Amino acid sequence: MKSIKSLASAGLLVLLSLFSVQASAVVEGYKYQFETEEEVQRFNGLAEVLRCPKCQNQNLADSNAPVASDMREKVYELMQDGQNDDQIVDYLVARYGDFVHYKPPVRAETWLLWFGPLIAFLIGLLVLRQLRSKQTTKQAQPLTDEERAQLERLKSGSDSTSN
Amino acid sequence: MKRFVLFVPLVGVVALVALFFMTLDRENKDVLPSPLIGQAFPGFEMVALETGETVTVEAIKGEKVLVNVWATWCPTCKAEHAFLNKLAAEQNIRIIGINYKDEDVKAKQWLESFGNPYEVNITDPAGKLGLELGVYGAPETFLVDANGVIRGKHIGDLNSDVWSKLKPQFEAMQ
Repeated sequence: MKSIKSLASAGLLVLLSLFSVQASAVVEGYKYQFETEEEVQRFNGLAEVLRCPKCQNQNLADSNAPVASDMREKVYELMQDGQNDDQIVDYLVARYGDFVHYKPPVRAETWLLWFGPLIAFLIGLLVLRQLRSKQTTKQAQPLTDEERAQLERLKSGSDSTSN
Repeated sequence: MKRFVLFVPLVGVVALVALFFMTLDRENKDVLPSPLIGQAFPGFEMVALETGETVTVEAIKGEKVLVNVWATWCPTCKAEHAFLNKLAAEQNIRIIGINYKDEDVKAKQWLESFGNPYEVNITDPAGKLGLELGVYGAPETFLVDANGVIRGKHIGDLNSDVWSKLKPQFEAMQ
């Protein structure tokens, strides 16, 4: 009984050590070794939000362009140097421009990009309100004397046919 | 006046379509603005292709220069090579090469058979200097002034059309 228990705990230890020894990220066939699973997540996260400048509809995680692999390598290197995510993004933006980040900063040139949809939405809302208020005012308008007389005529006309 | 409101959606759609066609025309998706313009050329310590000696950023400074990123695997580099030869020989333009992610042997063969317009070639086999320069597709050409400040960048091949646009800027540089 005792031996089974110790065997089980030994097995568990082996299993745990297997998991803790090293974690790695595999991107486009390249393997990047990290100490913790957390770092792997960080690396994968960065590769997702950084854009390949050569093949512009892909991020660094997707792209197999040589420049993308160089950039991934640099991200890995900077992570090993202990830089945080913002520093790494800034490093690449300083060289490749805002373009490499899927989330560009709010600036004069990117203002329309950020707030354009909101502006379009507000304009739409305004137009909708205008159209609606026009409809309700139409309904609320009282009949003119002429219209009232016409209504009376119609009413008496329909009365005479039904009788 | 109220009827005017009815035209707002139409005007909106027309404006959007116009914007769409304007950007279609204007945007050259292969050319990204470089944040390095106005910045000092990044420092480096690399090996010269021709001599095997160490080259630093000091080699670039002193007189305005075109820094041309090229490789033997790049067909467009082949296309612009004759023009670079012409620029160096006929207009006395100083050109420094960065042999980007290439093999020295192939690069030397290339220069032997097609001519060498470069004052010196900096070897960058791993693309490390290329990354510092934000290079993403050869050929790329940087306009660098005498103080080693990057003043302009052209992505794609240099030819007489492109040069006629770049030349005034290059000539105005210190």
